[in-house]
Amino acid sequence: MATDIKLFESKSENSWCPGCGNFGIVNALKKAFSELDLLPHNILIASGIGQAAKTPHYVNANGFNGLHGRGIPPAVGAKIANKDLRVIVTSGDGDSYGEGGNHLIHNIRRNIDITHLVHNNQIYGLTKGQGSPTTGKGHKTSMQFEGVYADEFNPIAFAISLGCSFVARSFSADKDHLSEMIKAGMEHNGYALIDILQPCVTFNKINTYKWYKDRVYYIEDDYNPYDKVEAFKKSQEWENKIPIGVIYKEDKPTFIDRIPQIKDNPPLINKKLDPKNAIKFMEEFK
Amino acid sequence: MKYNILVGGAAGQGMSTISTLLQKVLKRKGFYVFANKDYMSRVRGGHNFVQIRFGTTPITSHHPTLDAIIALDQSTIDNHINRLNNNGIIICDTDLNSEDKRVIQIPMRKLSREIKNPRVFGSIGIGALLKIFGISIDNIEPVLRKRFDKNTSQANLEAFKKGHELVESHFNINSNNEDNHIIINGNQAIALGAIAGGVTFYSAYPMTPSTSVMTYLSKKQQEAGILVEQAEDEIAAINMALGASYAGIRSMTGTSGGGFSLMVEGIGLGAVAEIPLVIVNVQRPGPATGLPTRTAQCDLDFVISASQDDFPKMVIAVRNPEDAFYQTVRALNLAEKYQIQVIILSDQYLADYNQTIKPYNFDEISIDRYLSSKDDIGEGFYKRYKFTENGISPRIIPSTIESKTVLGDSHEHNEIGFVDESIENRIAMMNKRMKRISLLKSEIQEPEYIGVENPEILLLGWGSTHGSLLEAVELLANESIKIGALIFGDIWPLPTGQLEYYGTNSKTIVNVEHNFTGQLANLIAQETGFKCDKSILRYDGRQLSGTDIYNKVKKEVL
Repeated sequence: MATDIKLFESKSENSWCPGCGNFGIVNALKKAFSELDLLPHNILIASGIGQAAKTPHYVNANGFNGLHGRGIPPAVGAKIANKDLRVIVTSGDGDSYGEGGNHLIHNIRRNIDITHLVHNNQIYGLTKGQGSPTTGKGHKTSMQFEGVYADEFNPIAFAISLGCSFVARSFSADKDHLSEMIKAGMEHNGYALIDILQPCVTFNKINTYKWYKDRVYYIEDDYNPYDKVEAFKKSQEWENKIPIGVIYKEDKPTFIDRIPQIKDNPPLINKKLDPKNAIKFMEEFK
Repeated sequence: MKYNILVGGAAGQGMSTISTLLQKVLKRKGFYVFANKDYMSRVRGGHNFVQIRFGTTPITSHHPTLDAIIALDQSTIDNHINRLNNNGIIICDTDLNSEDKRVIQIPMRKLSREIKNPRVFGSIGIGALLKIFGISIDNIEPVLRKRFDKNTSQANLEAFKKGHELVESHFNINSNNEDNHIIINGNQAIALGAIAGGVTFYSAYPMTPSTSVMTYLSKKQQEAGILVEQAEDEIAAINMALGASYAGIRSMTGTSGGGFSLMVEGIGLGAVAEIPLVIVNVQRPGPATGLPTRTAQCDLDFVISASQDDFPKMVIAVRNPEDAFYQTVRALNLAEKYQIQVIILSDQYLADYNQTIKPYNFDEISIDRYLSSKDDIGEGFYKRYKFTENGISPRIIPSTIESKTVLGDSHEHNEIGFVDESIENRIAMMNKRMKRISLLKSEIQEPEYIGVENPEILLLGWGSTHGSLLEAVELLANESIKIGALIFGDIWPLPTGQLEYYGTNSKTIVNVEHNFTGQLANLIAQETGFKCDKSILRYDGRQLSGTDIYNKVKKEVL
C-alpha cells in the first residue's frame, strides 16, 4: 500500500539553485511519505530558517516554518498537543547544530518521537557562503577569509554520546537510500537524527557531489547498530571513507510514553475543556 | 480593627511554615488576612521576613508599623524593633537577647524537645502570639490536619497549647465572621486561572519570581490531565508553546524580565504566524539579573514594544489575586479570539502576597475557542491567512479536517502561508494583521476608578499598586480630601475613556508607579497628551504601602 505521491506536491514557487542537493531530499521525503501510506494532513514538517528550512513550503503537508535555530521546539510542542501527528523537522547544519544546538541536546534527552533531517551542506547557503559548524577546519569561506579556525562539529559522535535512540547518515544524491533512512527514522519510536550529506552547488566548492561520491559507502549488513563502542568508531570515519546507513540505535521509552497523562489518554487536542473541572483545585486554598 | 505581625529569620529556619500556619489559623478564626513576603535571593542565611496583617475588615496592603514580632534570629529584632509600636510585643526564644521591655522570651526550643518534636517550636510561638491578641485556639485542628499527618497535628496542637499557656493577653480582637474565604497569592491565582481557562500545555524555564506559577501547575498536571514541561531555555519555552498552540491546544508560558528578553523573537513569530498565546511576565527589578526576589513595575515600556515591527498585541496588568484569576481566563479567550499574543504583567509583590478573598465564581467564566469548522473554510487549499473583513482568518486544528493542511510561517506570506515578497501582498497582509487593533480597542476594559465623584487630585496607577491605592484613597478621603484613583488593568492598547473624563476635571494628576521614569505617565502622554503634574515613584525593589502613598500625597502633593 502506498498513497499517491502527487498528494505531497506543493503549489509554492521554489527558490533553490538548480542542482541543489535539497531537491533530492524533498523527493526522498515525498517517496517515504507515500510508501509509508501517509496522508498530508496527518504529517507536520517543522523547520527553522535557512535554505533547508524552506522545505515545509515545498511539500504539501502541515508546515511550521519558524525562527532560525528553533525548528525543534515547535515540533515538540505540536507532538505533545497531538501525539498522532507524524512530525518531521527539516533544517540545515547552521540551524540544527549552530543556532539551535541547545534544543538538539535536550530533545535527544527527551527522546521525543520526531524525525529530524539535517540537510548538512557544511556551509551557510541562505546568507551566502559563511562557515557553518560542520565546515572543514581551514576551509576558506565568504566570511572566514583565512579559513575556519574552529574544529568541525561531528553530529554523529555527538548524538551517540547523548544516547540518541536513532542515528543515521545518508546522501542527498542517493534517493533510494535516503528514503529508506527516512522511513526507518519515522518508523522508529523516539528521536531519530538523520544527518544528510547535501552538496551546496553555489557556495561549497570543496564538499561537492564528487567529493561525497568518492567517499560514501553503505554500512555492512552485519553491522550491529546497538553496539555503542562500534558506533562511536564509525562516527570517526570521515576523511577518506564516509559510512552511510543506520549507525546507532537504542530502544527506550519515548517522551510521550514517559508521561502517563498523555500516554494513557487520547491526543491532548481532543481533551474536553470545562472551567468547572478546576473547581476542585480551589479546595486547598480554603 | 487591624493588627500587624512580622515573622522574621534566616532562610532555612522554618519561617515559611510558621507564617503559613499562622495565616491559615487567623483565616480559620474568621479574620481577613494579608501577608507579604520580603526575602533575599539565597537558600540559607540572610534576613527574610513575612508581614501578616489581619483584622475584621478587608485588607489590601501591608503596613509600616508593627504590633507584634516573632523573631527567630537576632537580626529580626535588630532590623525591625524601630517599627514596633510602643505597646507592641516581641516573641523570641530564650537564646536571643534584648534589653527592650517589649520582648517576651519563651523557651520554644526547650519545650519543643519536651513534646519530642523539635519541628513544632514555631507552633509554640504561634500559640503565644494568639494569646497575646486574645485569640482562642479552639477549633484549629482542621487547619493542622489539612497540612500534617495525625501525629504531627497532635504535636503541633500541644505546642499551640503550651505557647498559649505561657503568656498573658495583651490585645483584644474578635471576629464574628465565618471563615468563607480562600487565601491565595497572585501566582497561584494565575495558575488556577490557567487550569480553569483550559491551558493544556505550559512550558517555561524557572525564573524568580514567576517560578511558582509553574510549580503549582506541575504539581497538578496529572490530576488536571495537562502537561507542564521545563524547557531547556526560555527560547524553547515560548517556541514549544507556540508549536502546541498551532497544533491545537491552549498553551501558556511564564517568566520574568530576563527570560522575557529571550522570548522576544518568539513573540514576533506568534504575531506573524497568528498563533494565540498567553505569556506571563512576573516583573522584578533589572536590568539583567537585577534584584531577583524584589518587586518592580519596570517592564511596561519593554513588553509593549517587544519584538520588531508593528503588530497587534495586548497587555493586561493584573491588580490583585482576584483579578489575576479572572484576567488569566480572559487573556486565554482573547488570545484565541484575535489570534494574538496576550501578555499578563504581574510582579513579585503580587506574586507572593497572600490575601483572603471570596472564592472564585466558576459560573462567571467560560472557555471560548473561536475555531472554524470544515464548512467555514470551504473547498480547495486551506488559506491560513485568508483576507477577511475584520482581519481574522478562519483557524483550524491541523489533522482534524481531511485533505486540509495548515501552513504556519514566519516570513511575510500570502494567504496560504507561502513566502510572498510582492508589494501588494505585503501591504495587504500588514493591513490585515493591523485591523485587529481596532477590534481590540473595542474589547479593552477601562481602568477601575475609586474615590470621590469630582476629584481634585487624581492618582494614576496600574497592576499591583491597586491595593495600596485603595487604602491610600480611603485614608485621604476620610480627611475630606477630594481624591480619586484610576488603576489600569488593561494597559495596551491603552483605554482612554475614563482617563479623559477624570483627567479633564481634576486639578492635579499624580502617577504612582514602581519604576524610575514613570512608564505609565509616559505612555499616557504619548497616547493622550495628558501630562502628570507630579509623580510618586519607587524603584528600590520594595512596594509602596497604602500608608506610604498617603504620606507622600500629604507631603508632596497637597
